Amino acid sequence: MTEKDKGLSRRDFLKRSGIVTGTLVGGGLLGGVIGYNARNNTETSPEETREKARQISPKGRKFFTRDADFKILSQATERIFPKDDLGPGAIELGVPYFIDNQLAGAYGMNSREYMQGPFFVGKETQGYQSPLTRAEIFSVGIAALDNEAQKRFKKSFTDLEGGQMDEILTAFQKGEVKLNGVTSSFFFTLLRSATLEGAYSDPIYGGNNNMDGWKMKNFPGHQAAYINVIESDKFQKIKPQSLSSMDH
Amino acid sequence: MAKTLDKVDVVTVGVGWTGGIVAAECAKAGLKVVGLERGRKRGTEDYLRIHDEYRYAIRYELMQDLSKETITFRNTRKERALPMRQMGSFLLGEGLGGSGTHWNGWTFRFLPYDFEIKSQTEKKYGKNKIKEGFQLQDWGITYDEIEPYYDQFEKTAGISGEANPLGGKRKNEYPTPPMKMTPILEKFKKATTDKGYNPYMMPSGNLSETYKNPDGETIYACQYCGFCERFGCEYGAKSTPEVTVVPTAVKTGNFEVRTNSNVVEVLKQGDKVTGVRYIDTLTKEEFIQPAETVVLTSYVLNNAKLLMISDIGTPYDPDTGRGTLGKNYCYQINAGATGFFDEQMNTFMGAGALGMYMDDFNGDNFDHSKEDFLHGAGIWIVQSGTRPISSNPVPPDVPLWGEEFKKASIHYYTRTLFVGGQGATLPHRENYLSLDTTYKDAFGLPLLQMTYNFTDQDRALHQFATDRSAEIIKEMGAKEVVPSNAISDYDIVPYQTTHNTGGTIMGSDPDTSVVNNYLQHWDADNLFVVGAGNFPHNSGYNPTGTVGALAYRCAEGVIKYSKNGGSLV
Repeated sequence: MTEKDKGLSRRDFLKRSGIVTGTLVGGGLLGGVIGYNARNNTETSPEETREKARQISPKGRKFFTRDADFKILSQATERIFPKDDLGPGAIELGVPYFIDNQLAGAYGMNSREYMQGPFFVGKETQGYQSPLTRAEIFSVGIAALDNEAQKRFKKSFTDLEGGQMDEILTAFQKGEVKLNGVTSSFFFTLLRSATLEGAYSDPIYGGNNNMDGWKMKNFPGHQAAYINVIESDKFQKIKPQSLSSMDH
Repeated sequence: MAKTLDKVDVVTVGVGWTGGIVAAECAKAGLKVVGLERGRKRGTEDYLRIHDEYRYAIRYELMQDLSKETITFRNTRKERALPMRQMGSFLLGEGLGGSGTHWNGWTFRFLPYDFEIKSQTEKKYGKNKIKEGFQLQDWGITYDEIEPYYDQFEKTAGISGEANPLGGKRKNEYPTPPMKMTPILEKFKKATTDKGYNPYMMPSGNLSETYKNPDGETIYACQYCGFCERFGCEYGAKSTPEVTVVPTAVKTGNFEVRTNSNVVEVLKQGDKVTGVRYIDTLTKEEFIQPAETVVLTSYVLNNAKLLMISDIGTPYDPDTGRGTLGKNYCYQINAGATGFFDEQMNTFMGAGALGMYMDDFNGDNFDHSKEDFLHGAGIWIVQSGTRPISSNPVPPDVPLWGEEFKKASIHYYTRTLFVGGQGATLPHRENYLSLDTTYKDAFGLPLLQMTYNFTDQDRALHQFATDRSAEIIKEMGAKEVVPSNAISDYDIVPYQTTHNTGGTIMGSDPDTSVVNNYLQHWDADNLFVVGAGNFPHNSGYNPTGTVGALAYRCAEGVIKYSKNGGSLV
């Protein structure tokens, strides 16, 4: 992307989107769109961004009460999405905090899902039928990871070598470990999804630290418009932007 | 004790595309209309922070709250139906605008063949071509009869497109030109043209340019931001009920939208309906809204459920094949092939309906004499903007987690394309909707029960459309082509498509349909039921174009009825 494409001037924006001055889309809305485009014209160095991030409210746990459980979660997510030469893994991205925080809210409580009984084991094609909430599934699943580590290696999950952790996670993925109220494969699928959600959701949710998940993937996050480059046959490397950039 | 309100001319149950269209047309004609919408009020001003994949696409912020109401599902009558506890296979809408808020904007017309599928099939291939168990029937309306209503919907929504070379005859061009051509679409265009096919730019509800519709509503030009499907549009550049028909209706002074109003019963006395009973979802107060005419304009599943719980019409019985309510529930098959490429592409940019389509293998546009299926699939490519949580494509030999997965999924995120086949499904005796006898919604009413499975026809068509898609994506230069897995039983877990149809089908005979071709109920002249539930079978296209056309037809029916009364056919 060339320098001049980085932000739309107010006039360009109006012209391009066909919004004639004086026509209301909702004045506040239009003002907001133009505001954040204008403000982000100036480059910020990664150091400045990280420093700014540190000054914002710190991350904290809202769900897991025991350090040991949080560490198991952290190690498991790191095996799923490890640090490598491309960039940070789950832990550095803040994924464990993302999951913890989600479990303390609507996600963990399945508050927008049908949780009334009676509960029966159905066919796979009928989907999720467990009476357990996601918060309960994570609690059961993490205890089971540790239990399995003790059984196989006489050690806590967090004291295992990477390969040993993978062996246990694979057994979970294949549904070979017996859990209460849910299958180990269902827990694993949930853990994997939550890890990717934490790596790639907007940093406002506590994961994807410094937008590093997006940077690795070349996903520019929240951008107002691609109308000026959509026809280009060149791959566009665009500095990513979080929704938080819209906050005044 | 329910409080009875003042009588109005028309009440609509639901305010999405169908409710909005019926409200706008009736209100313009001078009728007093109330729209009851169970979800919340929302509009463009709610979508400024919409570029949030996690909140909207993963956690389904704009969709139905299943803790209040869902459906139950089983593959066959022999099984126990269980609740769909989480959203998956299809995404039910809720709130002002309904699914019309978070749709992608693919806006097609069905083929002339669709409306006369039974008679045309028998004429061309003989009576034995339709296999035992398949309940094909003509729609009671022809393409030529419905054409003006398609035109009206396309003009209201400002659809951007070019004529389908293999489609039905059009009286007018699309109101706005096609969306921009991109390098990704160009690959598809070249490959399909080289193979002798007839690709065309997808008719789009995300507009190529700013447009003022005949009602005076302005829809703005799409910015190709990549957040369309599952999202609302902060630019007002996606055609939705909130930016078109709803404001049109409100401007007349004859329309009132009442949000947070959940209808729980259609009230019937003798051979007429008298109004509806609804609950204010915030205060839990109960109201009766009397009306001269009631129009059911909620989603397919809820329209059917409301008729069932109100005991209006004859429920379908799969044992005898008799009864019509709940009959001919259909879905679609999602065929296709993934292609892994060497070059990096701007896959994250796009618009919901920025794509190309071809109908060479759709409808009866090809010879079916030697095929063991009827109808076909539209073959497509779309550049709607892939997003990082949901798009982690890896070739089949790569594990689904760990170091190798991370590398490959990051590499291929911008190097993967998909060519799809959107396949028709045909109505089968064993696929239908009814009421569940065990599970209840938040108001204590039975959930709707879905009994549905793919048929051999679906499996054969899926294979056929997958093979064609794979050939095309190979021609586009993919270094590795991965065809979709063959389908077996229908699975309600993975997202497939929100193109549910049937259950309240239209036709020319009260013994085989729920409504006539004005979408007027056979058992009550002042009750209309409109939506994709009216489709006697499902086609190889997205339904909204046809739903919009039927809504205009319905509105005309309601206005006619208000003047003359009686059956309109």
